Amino acid sequence: MNGYGFDFHGLRFEARASGALWWPEGAALIVADLHLGKSERMARRGGPLLPPYEGLATLERLAGEIAALDPQAVVSLGDGFDDMAATEALDPQVAGALRRLARGRDWIWIGGNHDPGAPAGLPGRAADSLPLGRVTLRHEAAEGPDVSGHFHPVVRLAGERRRAFLLGRDHLLLPAFGAYTGGLSHDDPALAALVPQGLAIACGARAIALPLGRRRRS
Amino acid sequence: MILPPEFQDWFVRQGWQPHPHQLALLAAEGDSLLIAPTGGGKTLAGFLPSLVDLARVGRSQDGYLENGKGARTGLHTLYVSPLKALTADIGRNLARPVAELGLEIRVEDRTGDTGQGQRRRQRVDPPEILLTTPESLALMLSYPEAPAIFGGLRRVVLDELHALAESKRGDQLMLGLARLRRLAPGLRVTGLSATVEDPQALAGFMAGAALVTVVEADPGPDPDIAMLPTAKPAPWSGGGGHYAIPEVLEAVKGARTTIIFINTRAQAELFFQALWAENDENLPIGLHHGSLAREQRARVEAAMAAGELRAVVATGSLDLGIDWGAVDLVIQVGAPKNVKRLVQRIGRANHRYNAPSRARIVPANRFEQIECVAALEAVRERDLDGDRRGPGPLDVLCQHIGLTACAAPFDADALFAEVVTAGPYRGLSRADFDACLDFAATGGYALRAYDRWQRLVLRAGLWQLRDPRAAKLLRMNVGTIVEAEMMKVRLRGRGGAPLGEVEEAFAASLTHGDSFLIGGRVVRMDAMREMVIEVTPDPTRQPKIAVYSGVKLAMSTQLSHRVLALIGDPARHGALPAQTREWLDLQAQVSALPEPGLLLSESFPHAGLWHFALYGFAGRNALQTLGLLLTREMEDEGLGPLGFLSTDYALLVWSLDAVRDPAPLLDRARLRAGLGDWLGENAVMKRTFRNVATVAGLTQRNMPGQRKTGRQATFSSDILYDTLRKYDPGHLMLRITAEEAGRGLVDFGRIEEMLDRSPRREHRMLERVSPMAAPLLLEVGRVPIRGEGRERLAQIEAEALMAEAGLEGIA
Repeated sequence: MNGYGFDFHGLRFEARASGALWWPEGAALIVADLHLGKSERMARRGGPLLPPYEGLATLERLAGEIAALDPQAVVSLGDGFDDMAATEALDPQVAGALRRLARGRDWIWIGGNHDPGAPAGLPGRAADSLPLGRVTLRHEAAEGPDVSGHFHPVVRLAGERRRAFLLGRDHLLLPAFGAYTGGLSHDDPALAALVPQGLAIACGARAIALPLGRRRRS
Repeated sequence: MILPPEFQDWFVRQGWQPHPHQLALLAAEGDSLLIAPTGGGKTLAGFLPSLVDLARVGRSQDGYLENGKGARTGLHTLYVSPLKALTADIGRNLARPVAELGLEIRVEDRTGDTGQGQRRRQRVDPPEILLTTPESLALMLSYPEAPAIFGGLRRVVLDELHALAESKRGDQLMLGLARLRRLAPGLRVTGLSATVEDPQALAGFMAGAALVTVVEADPGPDPDIAMLPTAKPAPWSGGGGHYAIPEVLEAVKGARTTIIFINTRAQAELFFQALWAENDENLPIGLHHGSLAREQRARVEAAMAAGELRAVVATGSLDLGIDWGAVDLVIQVGAPKNVKRLVQRIGRANHRYNAPSRARIVPANRFEQIECVAALEAVRERDLDGDRRGPGPLDVLCQHIGLTACAAPFDADALFAEVVTAGPYRGLSRADFDACLDFAATGGYALRAYDRWQRLVLRAGLWQLRDPRAAKLLRMNVGTIVEAEMMKVRLRGRGGAPLGEVEEAFAASLTHGDSFLIGGRVVRMDAMREMVIEVTPDPTRQPKIAVYSGVKLAMSTQLSHRVLALIGDPARHGALPAQTREWLDLQAQVSALPEPGLLLSESFPHAGLWHFALYGFAGRNALQTLGLLLTREMEDEGLGPLGFLSTDYALLVWSLDAVRDPAPLLDRARLRAGLGDWLGENAVMKRTFRNVATVAGLTQRNMPGQRKTGRQATFSSDILYDTLRKYDPGHLMLRITAEEAGRGLVDFGRIEEMLDRSPRREHRMLERVSPMAAPLLLEVGRVPIRGEGRERLAQIEAEALMAEAGLEGIA
C-alpha cells in the first residue's frame, strides 16, 4: 500500500499517493479540483493555448484509482470543471471516458466556485454538500469537521513542492487532483488559519506524512 | 560624408583629434560594423553620422526639423543597448556635443523604466534620437502606430553587439531590425562591438545578406597581462582562489581602482568575505553581482563612478556597462574558460585609448594553472575563440509572430520574406516558419485543436488576433530573458531593506535559524513567506553558501584544445609553474599524458570502489551529459555505477565493477540512442523546456490581474513538459527544447567533437589513483556547506590522497 491511513472524527480514511481520498467503509473515492476543461477555458478567454490533453491525463490517473479500488461512489469535491461552459464544451473523448468510469457507480458532483451547477449531459448528480457521519463533504472549508478542496495545498519536501493533504483538528483538505493545477503553500495565511497544527501528507510515488505547525529542526 | 567644419572645430575645442575609425564610419556607405576596444570613442563614432546628418537638415516654421524636401524628419536615429543603465548614460554623454554644436534636437530614452505618459507622447511625437533596449523596441514594434513612428527612421546604432549576439535577445533584435528595414527603406545600421574572433560572422548576424563595411579600429598596444605570483601554490582542487588573498590585496593597494572578476556569484560572495577578513587597512572594496538587489548594485556603481572604491569584486554583471576611466587593473580569479571573454574583461582596465590594459590572473587550482597558461598564450597571439552561433531559435520567432499580429493583420508570405532578411534567420525553411505560425495560431497540437479558440485566425488572406484582448497578454510577455525561480531576501521588519535574491531550490533547503551569505554578510533566516525570505544579520555564524542560478560556463572548445596540446607536449611544460610540471611528469611515468588525437582513460580502485576517469577536455556540460549516458550504459552492463562528477577537463565515474574496455561504452550510435529516452526525464531538459515555453508564449510570466492570486492559479512548466511528452511527442516545443539543449546544457555536439578529434583510444588499468585523477577525487562528496572545518578536512584528505599517488612533498 502506498497510501497513508488515519482517523478523522470517527471515520477511517486513506490518503492515496495520487491525491485521492479513500473511505473503505463506504467504498467511496473522493477527489478535489479536477478542473476539467481548463485549457479550453484559457484559450476561450484569449490566454495561452496550453496542450489540450489535461482532461485525458487527469482521467487516466482517476481511472487508475478506480481500477485499483472499484469504488461504489465517486465524489468530486467541487471545481470538477473549470467553469460551467466547460461542462458543455467538454472534449468528446474526455466526456466518453467520464461516462465509462461512472458506469455502475454513484457519481456525485459537489458544486465549487468554478462550477456551482450540475453538469449538463454528463453522468452523476449534483449536490451542495454531502454528510458523511459527523463530517461534511464540501468544496470550501467552513464549519468543521469537514473534508474540502479548493485551496490546492502543497508542502515543501526535500527541496520540492508536492501536492499534499492537510489534516487538522477540524478540517481535512485535499490536494487538487487535476493535471493543470498550481498549489498554495501550507503556510499561506489562508491555510495556516484552517490547519494551524496537524499533519501534511505529501503525494508522489508514495504518501509521506510530516508534521505541521511545529518548527522543523534541521 | 566627411566631417563638416563646425564639427572639426568642436573636436579642436575639446583638444581631440577624430580617430581614424570615427572618420571611416562617417564615410561608410550603407551598413557598417565597428570593432574597437573600449575607450576608443566607439559611441561617438556611432552617433557622429547621425549628428552630422541632423545638423544639415533645416527647421520648419512650426519648429520641426525637416529635410531638404520639406518633410518632417521625426525619429531619425534609434540606439539600442543591452543595458538600461547604458541608455541613460549615453543620453547624458550626448547632451554635451548636442548643446555645444547648437543642434536643436531631442534625445530621449525609452526603456522599461519610462513612464506611461512619456511613452504615449513618444508614440505621437517621437524625439529625433531615441535610446532603447531590444525588449522595448519589440514592444514599440507591436503597436499599430509602428509604421508612423519608424517610417522616417534613417539610422540605427546597435551598441555592445557582441554581447547581444550571444543570447536570444540578439535574435529578437535582428527580427525587429528586419521589420524596421521594411518600414523605413534605405535605413542604415551601425553595429558597435568589442573585439571578437570573427567580425565577418558578426556582420552577417547583423545584416544578413546585405553588404557591411567592417571597420576594425587599431586594437591599441598589447595588454600587460600575467599570472599573479603568489607565495602559496594553487591548491589541487576547488575554485575559491583564496590562497592568493594577500597578493590580491597587495595588487589592489598598488593600483588606483581594481575590478576583481570571479566566475560565479557564490564564489564572489566567498571571495569578498575572505578579502575583508584580511583587509587590515580597510581599503574600500565593494561587491557587485546579478543576485544583489538593484538598489545595492546602484550604490556600488555610484561609488565606483565617484572614485570612492579601491576595488570591486564582481561577476559577469560588470562585463558590460558604463566606462569607469579610473580602473587601471583587472584581476581575474579562476580560469577564464574563454579567451574572448578574458580579452574583453582585460579591456575594462584603462579606458584611455593607446595605453596598455593591465591584468593579472589567479588560477584556482592545478588544472586551472595549465588553462591560464594556455589562455595567456592565446591572448598574446590574439587568437580569440568563440563557439559558432546556431541558427535563429524558433521560440523567439514564435513570440515575434504573435507580436506582429498585435501591430496589424499580416500576410504569411510577406512576413516570411521579411524574416529571412534577418541575419540569424537567413537559412530558415518555410516548413519551420509555418510550424511556428501554426504554433502561434493554434498551439500546434497534433491530436486536438482549439478550432473555435485559435489565437490567430486567417481572414481575407491575413492572419490576425481572434480576440484583440490577447494583445495585452502578448505585450506583457515581451522578451527572451527567463529568470530562474528566485526568492527575494529582505531584512526582517516592516519595510525591511531588500538584500537580493536566492534560487528557490536553495531557499527550500533552508530551515529557520540557518544562516547564509548574501551581499557579503552572514544573515539568519527568520521566516519564509510565499516569495520572500526574511532575515536578520548574524555575523557570528558559519554560513551555508547561497547557490545561485546560472549554469557554470563551460571551457571553450578552442581553449580546451590549447590546454590539451600544452599537456601533451612536455617540451612546452617549461611555461608551467614547477609543481605543476612535476605533477605532469609523474602522470607520464605512472600512466600517460593526454594529448591531441588521443582519448585517454584510466580505471583504478580507490576506497573500495572502481573509478573510471576519462580525460575528454570537452567542457563541463558535455562531460556531464556523457556522465549521464555512460552511467546508464554501465548500468546495462551490470557494472554497478554509483555516481560521477564532471569538470571541464575530465569525467570521473565510480562503480562496483571496473570498466575494462571503454570502447563499446563510447560507441557514438549507442550514446546518441541514449539521448532521447534517458535525457528526456532529466532536469536539464525540463529547465530548457521552461525557457523555450516561456519565450514562445506557451506559458506566461505575466498575466493581467493575476499578481495577487499567486501560486494557486499558476502551475509548473514541468507538468506541461510531461504532458506533451506523453500525448504529443512530436510537438514543436519539444523539438526546439531538444535542439537547444543539444547546443547548450546537454552539449552533445561537443561529445561528438571529442570523439571525432580522438582517433586513438588508450585505456590504462592502474593499481591506484593516478596523479591526474587525484584532484578529481577531491571533488567527490563536496557539499555546498563550506567552513573552516571543511577546509581543514579537505586539506587532510588532500594530503593523504597526494601521498597515495606518490605526490607528497611536491606542494
